[in-house]
Amino acid sequence: MKSILKIMTLLFSASVLLSSCGNNNGKSSGNNSALNSSNAEKVYVAPGEYDEFYAFMSGGYSGNLTVYGLPSGRMFKEIPVFSQFPTTGYGYSEETKPMLNTSFGMVPWDDSHHPDISQTNGVLDGRWVFINGNNTPRIARISLKTFETEEIIEVPNSAGNHSSSFITENTEYVVAGTRFSVPVPQADLPINEYKGKFKGALSFISVDKETGRMGIKFQILMPGFNYDLSHPGRDKSHGWFFFTTYNTEEANSLLEVNASQNDKDFIAAINWKKIEEYVNNGGGTKMPANYAHNVYDEHTHTATSTMEKEVLTVNPADVPGAIYFLPTPKSPHGCDVTPTGEYIIGNGKLSADLTVHSFSKMLDAIENKKFDGDAYGIPILKYEDILAGVVKSGGLGPLHTEFDDKGNAYTTFFISSEVVKWKIGTWEVIDRKPTYYSVGHLMIPGGNSRKPFGKYVVAMNKITKDRYLPTGPELEHSAQLYDISGEKMELIYDFPTHGEPHYAAGIPADLIKGNSQKIYRLDENKHPYAITSPDQAKVTRNGNEVHISMAMIRSHFTPDNIEGVKVGDKVYFHITNHEQDFDVPHGFAMIGANNSELLIMPGQTKTLTWEPKQVGVWPFYCTDFCSALHQEMQGYVRVSPANSDIELSWSLDGE
Amino acid sequence: MISCKNEKQESTETTPVATEQASPEASENQGQASVTDKVSDANALQVAQSLPDFSTLVTAIEAAGLENSVVNAGPLTIFAPTNEAFGKLPEGTVETLVKPENKEKLAFILKNHVAPANYPDTQLEKDAKKGRKLYMASGEYLEIVKKEDGIYVGGTKILKTVKVSNGWIHVIGDVIVPKDK
Repeated sequence: MKSILKIMTLLFSASVLLSSCGNNNGKSSGNNSALNSSNAEKVYVAPGEYDEFYAFMSGGYSGNLTVYGLPSGRMFKEIPVFSQFPTTGYGYSEETKPMLNTSFGMVPWDDSHHPDISQTNGVLDGRWVFINGNNTPRIARISLKTFETEEIIEVPNSAGNHSSSFITENTEYVVAGTRFSVPVPQADLPINEYKGKFKGALSFISVDKETGRMGIKFQILMPGFNYDLSHPGRDKSHGWFFFTTYNTEEANSLLEVNASQNDKDFIAAINWKKIEEYVNNGGGTKMPANYAHNVYDEHTHTATSTMEKEVLTVNPADVPGAIYFLPTPKSPHGCDVTPTGEYIIGNGKLSADLTVHSFSKMLDAIENKKFDGDAYGIPILKYEDILAGVVKSGGLGPLHTEFDDKGNAYTTFFISSEVVKWKIGTWEVIDRKPTYYSVGHLMIPGGNSRKPFGKYVVAMNKITKDRYLPTGPELEHSAQLYDISGEKMELIYDFPTHGEPHYAAGIPADLIKGNSQKIYRLDENKHPYAITSPDQAKVTRNGNEVHISMAMIRSHFTPDNIEGVKVGDKVYFHITNHEQDFDVPHGFAMIGANNSELLIMPGQTKTLTWEPKQVGVWPFYCTDFCSALHQEMQGYVRVSPANSDIELSWSLDGE
Repeated sequence: MISCKNEKQESTETTPVATEQASPEASENQGQASVTDKVSDANALQVAQSLPDFSTLVTAIEAAGLENSVVNAGPLTIFAPTNEAFGKLPEGTVETLVKPENKEKLAFILKNHVAPANYPDTQLEKDAKKGRKLYMASGEYLEIVKKEDGIYVGGTKILKTVKVSNGWIHVIGDVIVPKDK
């Protein structure tokens, strides 16, 4: 009955909104202003000129991360992270297969969600971007020098790694929280024993200041709620971390009804500095675990995967005064913290309003023990005593909030398809603009930092419908770019995005473009099968394994004629690109190879395996139009019957 | 069995590295010749520009509008006449050729010094032995001959070989004048 009433209320407020904001929802009025010439100039980046910002957009179900320019909306690159990527051979080449190793074996896909750029003193430093794999819980670190995934760490005791991968303001930690609570450790339990037995692990993964190398410092085993999103405290609230929760009902079935029974869920406020101190003094319990830690070495061009066997867990009851619950209405989704660190915003996704908590009031309530009971021993603070304000938005389905550098906040509303701008402190709504359609996340460059660059906001929509030329039932998602430099937001551009961007991280291009790697030095190549001169090329046999150390340069392979390979062999092509010139990759493809191509950067070595199944003479070739003689860049492997006694031989131009 | 000879490691090491120029956004980007970075090995044009011996060749390349072609991915093998080589031509020849009205003729002569291929000296020696000709960007073929004192291309001796990022430069002491032109 309760839920029927709730649905009716939702429907009622939706109809009020539709009738009162009819103009905003109509496409024509929004487009008229977007078509004026000054808006065209704002997004026009002339041929050969550069965009002002990089935008790193999560790929969602593509498992990857895409790189865009703002304001042009041009896509520059797709960086493979959690998914095999036949375009480059990532996850197919022998060197990169270990990157996708997990405790479940190789998992060649994931659902990438929330990129976040490294910071120093709360300001973007442009060294790395982190992103979480939601499905098989993992965190990846991507270098903003090479634009390659350098490290992936699996997160044990977690499932649905959604309140991730947000970083603290000196990149001390990248934080990963579980959306789905599970038995910890995993166990064969009746599902209906969820309540009280399942736990929600919140993992604090330390990041080495120099190398960026990650390691799980500790996991807090929280009550079995769903930990949806999170953000670090910053500036005055640095040292705290905030997680929204839903399903505080601890339902294990039909959550769409059963997790909406409580009027309020919680934002969990975690004093991580206190817990860090506790574990540094020997606190916590070491628990057996099994999780993969995969690291790519830029000099060997090779990844290694190590199975870690232990994780340090913390029971909240053992660190009194470190964790509190902030009651927050209506299954909050986004959990956002203002640049000053004073306000924590809960975006109650089933509500019309935003709940804003005050960090100072929170500290005061803790100090004066203004508690409203507890949940599993964790004190619940009194809602009225921590509340700073409520934003009466008039929208429906608030999801996420970002901030500019002028004291304003911008919130997306999924159900009413709009971005609402409001004033921090007065909570008044300043402006609202429609999005097309059903916006999820939004991004302002530097939005998760003390120093946002409040020139543009990008709205990432879930539904595209009629925004572009139709491409059958499946459409790329649609993003809208708004100019937010004035009092009112202005929709200035529309562009498709790849996969499903759940979030994005933007940064001024000047902070990273000068560091972008051009080539790998051949003389620094430490790959065990690399050859630095074509006269080192060789083919060796070890049982039925054949290893070919091959060189490539415009416009030939050395060697390009190979004989003595037999059906049943496993052939390893270890290929080194001998170019030392920016933007001269070569590709490699072998007929019938059951994997992918390789795209090999100057100075790099990659390995493709091939198991020839048929007798014959089989060609390979360069797949990247590298030079005027690209079409000549080819070779042959002669494959003889398994019982053949033809010796291995190899040559280039008869020698 | 393979026996690719050592590719003149010493000359590779002495290859100058390109110097950073104005960023594309600040300059009038006129093509690939304006793209530079600090880490790539220098391309054929950058190497020629860095050596005083080739100032006439560089002037001629610019007058013929071929800067972007000689930095192209190629691969290119350039037989590069020195200033002295140009000096051997009849007086006034170079001055006449670099005039705008002779741009096409100049371009033809220069392209007759460029093979769109990857020919280190070891490869040229082999080509000479096997009686292969070199197909030049001009459309002509050049003969390659191995003599006791070295390799001759189009009748002139290769004095020195430099590896560049997009191919090879072989220094020659005479301008190769196309037959019947």
